[in-house]
Amino acid sequence: MTQTGVQSGRVRQRTHEGFLRHKGFRWAIVATGLCVAAIGVYFFAAQSLMEAPSGGSWLGYILGTVSAGLIVWLACLGVRKRAVSDGHYSLKAWVSAHVYLGLSLTVLATLHTGFQFGWNVHTLAYALMMLVIASGGFGIWAYTVMPHRLSANRGEITRRQMLDTLESLDGQLQEAAQPLDRAGAAIVRHSVQDTQIGGAFWQRLSGSYSNCANKQSLDQIRTLSRTGASGEVLVKIEELMQQKADALALARRQMRITGLLEVWLFVHIPATFALLAALIAHIVSVFAYW
Amino acid sequence: MAEVYKVAIIGSGPAGLSAAAHAARLGLSHILIEKTDHLSDTIYRYQKGKHVMATPSVLVLRSDCDFDAGKREKILDQWNQDVAAAGVNVKFNADVKAITGDKGAFVIELKTGDPVQAENIILAVGTQGNPNLMRCEGGDLPHVQYQLDDPGEYTDEHIFVIGGGDAGIENAMGLIADAGQNNTVTLLNRGADFPTAKKPNVDGLLAARDAGRIGVLTESNTALVEPGWITVETPQGSTRYKCDRIIARMGAAPPRAFVEAAGVAFASPDRTAFPTLTPTFESTTKPGIYVIGALAGYPLIKHCMNQGYDVVEYINGNTSLEAADEPLLKDKLRGLPGNKSVAEWLEFLRSHVEILNGLSPLQMREFLLDSEVRAYKAGDPIFVRNEQGSSLFGIASGSVKVEVDPSNPNVTVPIGESSIFGEVGLISGRRRGATIRAADACICVEIPRMAALKLMSQVPEARETVNRITTERQVLQIFKSGLTPADIKDVLAGAEVKDVKPGEAIITEGDLSDDLFIIRSGSMIVEKTLGGKPMFMSYVPAGSYSGEMAMIERSPRSTTVKAAIRSTVVKLPAGPFRELLKRKPELDKRMRDEMKARREINAFVESQQDKFAGAVDMYSSVANFLIKQGIGEATDVLLIDESLCVGCDNCEKACADSHDGLSRLNREAGTTFANIHVPTSCRHCEHPHCMSDCPPNAIRRGPDGEVFISDACIGCGNCQRACPYGVIQMDKPPPPKPSLLKWMLFGMGPGPGQPDYAWRKKAAAKQNSESPKLAIKCDMCSGKSGGPACVRACPTGAAIRVSPDAFLSVARIERSAG
Repeated sequence: MTQTGVQSGRVRQRTHEGFLRHKGFRWAIVATGLCVAAIGVYFFAAQSLMEAPSGGSWLGYILGTVSAGLIVWLACLGVRKRAVSDGHYSLKAWVSAHVYLGLSLTVLATLHTGFQFGWNVHTLAYALMMLVIASGGFGIWAYTVMPHRLSANRGEITRRQMLDTLESLDGQLQEAAQPLDRAGAAIVRHSVQDTQIGGAFWQRLSGSYSNCANKQSLDQIRTLSRTGASGEVLVKIEELMQQKADALALARRQMRITGLLEVWLFVHIPATFALLAALIAHIVSVFAYW
Repeated sequence: MAEVYKVAIIGSGPAGLSAAAHAARLGLSHILIEKTDHLSDTIYRYQKGKHVMATPSVLVLRSDCDFDAGKREKILDQWNQDVAAAGVNVKFNADVKAITGDKGAFVIELKTGDPVQAENIILAVGTQGNPNLMRCEGGDLPHVQYQLDDPGEYTDEHIFVIGGGDAGIENAMGLIADAGQNNTVTLLNRGADFPTAKKPNVDGLLAARDAGRIGVLTESNTALVEPGWITVETPQGSTRYKCDRIIARMGAAPPRAFVEAAGVAFASPDRTAFPTLTPTFESTTKPGIYVIGALAGYPLIKHCMNQGYDVVEYINGNTSLEAADEPLLKDKLRGLPGNKSVAEWLEFLRSHVEILNGLSPLQMREFLLDSEVRAYKAGDPIFVRNEQGSSLFGIASGSVKVEVDPSNPNVTVPIGESSIFGEVGLISGRRRGATIRAADACICVEIPRMAALKLMSQVPEARETVNRITTERQVLQIFKSGLTPADIKDVLAGAEVKDVKPGEAIITEGDLSDDLFIIRSGSMIVEKTLGGKPMFMSYVPAGSYSGEMAMIERSPRSTTVKAAIRSTVVKLPAGPFRELLKRKPELDKRMRDEMKARREINAFVESQQDKFAGAVDMYSSVANFLIKQGIGEATDVLLIDESLCVGCDNCEKACADSHDGLSRLNREAGTTFANIHVPTSCRHCEHPHCMSDCPPNAIRRGPDGEVFISDACIGCGNCQRACPYGVIQMDKPPPPKPSLLKWMLFGMGPGPGQPDYAWRKKAAAKQNSESPKLAIKCDMCSGKSGGPACVRACPTGAAIRVSPDAFLSVARIERSAG
């Protein structure tokens, strides 16, 4: 149909897939295969072994080595993500593999335990691993659901523009408040100086800002009498404060969604480090106190 | 009787002052005439502290004034010292009104004071010193000024800034930057909008207006200026405002009328044309007047200063002076067979390549500085099919062969001596359509796109030749089928080149016209009315044809074809083309096959419309949205799927980390439609707007089609202003930061991504070195084997790079319907 050259060369796509569907679910298939194979071998081995398979059996060693190797490799995503090298790699492929191979650990590591749990460092390592996987599971959910909301909420407004709008409204409020008396000016000052856009961590996530200074000021301004010379000024100020309330709501929704996209990492990452520590303790103790 | 100077130099810019200094050193009787009260007004008017660059670095400076890259103040001081040391006779505040007389007895009339008499005149007035003036009554009053050096100078004034371009807006914003100055500033704009200004400037202005910090009067003109007052015509009527100062920033124009009135002829009526000159910079129509510097077409300071020196040598009777660029040219021509001198080569190329015939020896020199001359052995590839390239080739000796059939390299068409090739890439900006090899030992000159365009605007014959050959070749290349130039003579005789505005239709559905169109540059979209509304059917890039159905079947037009962006099409009359089809059954079959394929696509979209109306609507509206975003002129664009983007900004971080710590893309900014977000990032236009006015010619197209800025950038900011998509920024690279490992293990440095401003400032202070702000833009990670870092570093697969013709295909319907 066209006479132009074929699109040769580098990354240039016609269609695309997200990290979950990457290359037609390649890593999902690999991970499932791994799990199925492990389960098959486990029950086959369970019959041939003298006692129930545990971490100490030949199967336990294999599963343990594979799982420990996977955990270390999965943790390397943090470095891969930040190291922008020139060669050919795809972070999407890494994330895809991270997700599915990480999920496969629930099977591999559980089989490695041989279902022997107790109040010891071994089970601690297992529990931490499950915590990491569970928080990762929340991450997958957030990454699937939140991007739509994030995009729909901000439209074409950038973070910078949201902050600029608020700053500009503050400037306008200050100018508009010039003719007010001391009490009126104090109300406006409260909105301009004491309004927090974000606030505490839980406030950001919950999105409830009942103590918002702008909201308080807006309520107070509405109670002031509109008679006399300042009436027009007060109408203008109320308008500006309402605009500011809308702008704040938009920015806070944005922070809430970005918060949800990040909050699981606050569990996922520290738990990963704890897991690595526990894993070392587990391996050392197993070999030292055999 | 006043003194008759040997030489009068008009304009004291780099060219003029260098000429004057050399005249003074030689002891020639001379006078340097300057309009203002200081030397080098253009550079004087740069903002304070601006870093001035010295390119091209390979060129040796030959002047009695020194010049090296550095701050504006340092350079101006240096020149003032050099001019004083040489003992130059400067006449300040002398505005030249007219030049009369002839060689040996010129009279330079000044607006004030006695006329100056001179035997020779060097015109070095540049193009910037001629701001558009206020033409209303009172426009010449002293409180009207055309520049603003230091906005901090003025306090408690009522100031009107006239002009809604970047200069006007930046001046106005500078004046209100510090509220403590207490200025009342009003910006006056002739139109309703600010189309020539950058978006951030306009946004800033409108925000300041909304905050009540500045007054903005649109659709307004100045009617009268009086001391202390200004009268403005607005749509609502005329109003008189208090006004202590007027800053008029209404653009500048080269003083062509003045130069022509002196008898100096220009190459063409084209706005960008330059005077015609001999190799010694003398006007061909007015002996005794020498034109140098920007007015002669040399915008770079070093060129200007060298020319100042050279021209004085010529006037002083030195005929054997070797031009300063001689070593460069020698170097360029070294290794070519034939052992010719530079002058012989220049003449050889000029007389042997048809499109160069009309050039003067001086133009030839400059032309060759930009171009490359190469010798090829028989069989050597000159360029390969699908390679990126927008340069034009001229054959100085020998011949080449074009491999017209990609599947069989033995099918070739020859192109002979003095002709050109590569012109399709030059005009359409697309990849090379065929491989071209040397048929026998040949010498070709490769002319980069900018040099070729300059050539075409300077020499009308060259433009006609290129246009004629282009149309012929394009027809041959598009229709192939073993056609020869003789076959298509009749078709071409009626061919008509047409410029099409964006959105203008070349074919309208239902019409009875039957001409065939070739898209030479730009791109078209095909629409069909389905269910009462226009539906996007397909995208037709440059280098394709359209309109064959009506031509072959003599039926009314079945679709509407309209321009996605400003395009050029060639209209081929249907009658002669039908004759051609009759004579060439092979071509007939080929076109019918392609017609069938196109019809199937249309039928597919129509059938899907019945079944999956939503999917087709979506496909059509997404395509229209992207076309509106200028995708029609893109070759490679970054898109973000908002249904996958988690806003981690890893794309921006990866961009910064792979490019000296500065991100060339802004993920959040830009427009969004139906999950597709077009971030602010270069789309590598077919005909990049940024390339249009780059003084050092630093913007090039690379091997993968990327438009990149080379190290030759002088930081002038022209490209940033020219880019309609706002993807070029002026910035200096931050100092290198500690490695990723140091950051991860010890928390050293700012971490991945573009360092924040505070860190940069601190680190730069430690380094204590001055680095200029340069133009920064996406280079598509040129030279990185993994390809664009933004795409590689996206964890969710939201970031993709696409070319429009691949992305706007019907595959999208299948996907969303399926």
